[in-house]
Amino acid sequence: MSEEVKLMKGNEAIAHAAIRCGCDGYFGYPITPQSEVMETLMEVEPWKTTGMVVLQAESEVSSINMVYGGAATGKKVMTSSSSPGVSLMQEGISYLAGAELPALIVNVMRGGPGLGTIQPSQSDYFQTTKGGGHGDYRLIALAPASVQEMADFVGLAFDLAFKYRNPAIILADGVIGQMMEKVVLPDFKPRRTDEEVEKQCPWAATGRKMSRKNNIITSLELKPEVMEQNNLRFQAKYKQIEENEVRYEEILCDDAEYLLVAFGCSARICQKACEIARAEGIKLGLLRPITLWPFPTKAIAGYANKVKAMLSVELNAGQMVEDVRLAVNGKVPVEHYGRLGGIVFTPDEIVNAVKTKLM
Amino acid sequence: MALEDIIKPENLVYKKPDIMNDNPMHYCPGCSHGVVHKLVAEVIEEMGLVEDTIGVTPVGCAVFAYNYIDIDWEEAAHGRAPALATAIKRLRPNKLVFTYQGDGDLAAIGTAETIHACNRGESIAIIFINNGIYGMTGGQMAPTTIEGMKTATCPYGRDYKLNGYPLKITNQLKDLDGIRYVTRQSVQTAAAVRKAKKAIRKAFENCMDGKGGASVVEVVSTCSSGWKLSPEKANKWMEENMFPEYPLGDLIDKDANK
Repeated sequence: MSEEVKLMKGNEAIAHAAIRCGCDGYFGYPITPQSEVMETLMEVEPWKTTGMVVLQAESEVSSINMVYGGAATGKKVMTSSSSPGVSLMQEGISYLAGAELPALIVNVMRGGPGLGTIQPSQSDYFQTTKGGGHGDYRLIALAPASVQEMADFVGLAFDLAFKYRNPAIILADGVIGQMMEKVVLPDFKPRRTDEEVEKQCPWAATGRKMSRKNNIITSLELKPEVMEQNNLRFQAKYKQIEENEVRYEEILCDDAEYLLVAFGCSARICQKACEIARAEGIKLGLLRPITLWPFPTKAIAGYANKVKAMLSVELNAGQMVEDVRLAVNGKVPVEHYGRLGGIVFTPDEIVNAVKTKLM
Repeated sequence: MALEDIIKPENLVYKKPDIMNDNPMHYCPGCSHGVVHKLVAEVIEEMGLVEDTIGVTPVGCAVFAYNYIDIDWEEAAHGRAPALATAIKRLRPNKLVFTYQGDGDLAAIGTAETIHACNRGESIAIIFINNGIYGMTGGQMAPTTIEGMKTATCPYGRDYKLNGYPLKITNQLKDLDGIRYVTRQSVQTAAAVRKAKKAIRKAFENCMDGKGGASVVEVVSTCSSGWKLSPEKANKWMEENMFPEYPLGDLIDKDANK
């Protein structure tokens, strides 16, 4: 395997990784700060090489519904957008979850609410992990903290989406999307043939073979007793995902007396904050959730027996902190530190917050 | 003559398509949906495309079309069927991909998806049932409700000053560069049924010859329950009131002079 190191933006890494992981279709609509995803795809023209379809839709509503259409045929399909666009997609995401279809959504978050700002933010945590659309459903949510992870998580998200027949989301932010870093792109994996798709996805609407019953992709069920059973089936699946798919990273945690919890670009800044704090003699560690749902509840609960206090560091007004507090269940103080509206904190600010809020 | 002497394959003059199953339909007596479903099923079967068709159902009375025709289906969110069909056709270019939509679905909430899918020239067929009313939700005003027509949300009749004008969307669709065929049909008489079937066949054939372009078959239809008329009176009312607003015939057929 040749490990060619390249320099690129996180958004560009998403596009290249999509082509390389055998993605069948991308459907999107321009919005800052993620437009480089579709721009890169249109420049590379993967339909000439792998046969991947790339289409600019008339709206985010349409692009998520194109994803819903493509996913119904068993194909590996994705979209990407940023916060206001992802709000428009919530209807389609709920349908994907309700029809149990695998798909990938990428949200390169910007500050809100409303049109807000084009600067980075992490204020869509609630939307991503608590619902967003209507009904009891969950999204498998991956939070990359580097350009490398932007590239790596595309394939991972598709694998998880197909494994559980559930939509997955990469929840990035404007920093990770826009910053340039070195990256080793994943190896080329060919797109599945139609025969392979039919074998992997016998449920898909691919044209009814007379040897089987017709496949109907729908989230509709008017009989409440049947719909309840459908919901219980979804819940059982979500429980399985919670048991099997939690991912997180521990940095300088072994001897930590104080713990930072942060994801995405905040985790990168927190890593530096840990170094600064330790130079001052404060034993500060960092737990970085990689999956925001399923959330690393058990791991955080474990640290509640080891550290004196925790600080949830997020580019929002305090969203993930609620899940940290649920995990800690009152055993130690859990505080929040955040900046809003597109402002990004410095490592020194975080160290200062540790001193003033935890010590 | 004994019954078994009559019921023989060689004496068969008519049968329902094999892919139309025996599930009891939820449609009201006199509704046009049943006839149009049958035509869609007949054409799919006659074209030999049962294994190569993916249909998209709307939100509206036809949401359950998948319960009656045994092909692969996907059920769309309200108005989004053309977006689904776009992706399905692009990812499965050898399949017949069609949507089946009502007037609220296609001409109100799904106007953007309809116009853009047609304008991109997607090789899809759109079967458009226009009965001027929201049937499934209990008879509210549709984008295609005509002046004076009473519905649950215009109980004194549609007033253009209050509600605006009926959207004759196929009139607009016919002018789009991505369009190949737009026709307006009905199914209230045997002759009309035959013409509508021909139109559906043409639209489906357009999807399969690789030349591209979207095809739309509007079927001006009845909703006896929503219109609060007997099936017979509904047909008459449609002829007298809907046809002047929505005249039948081809609006454009770009293959006609070739």
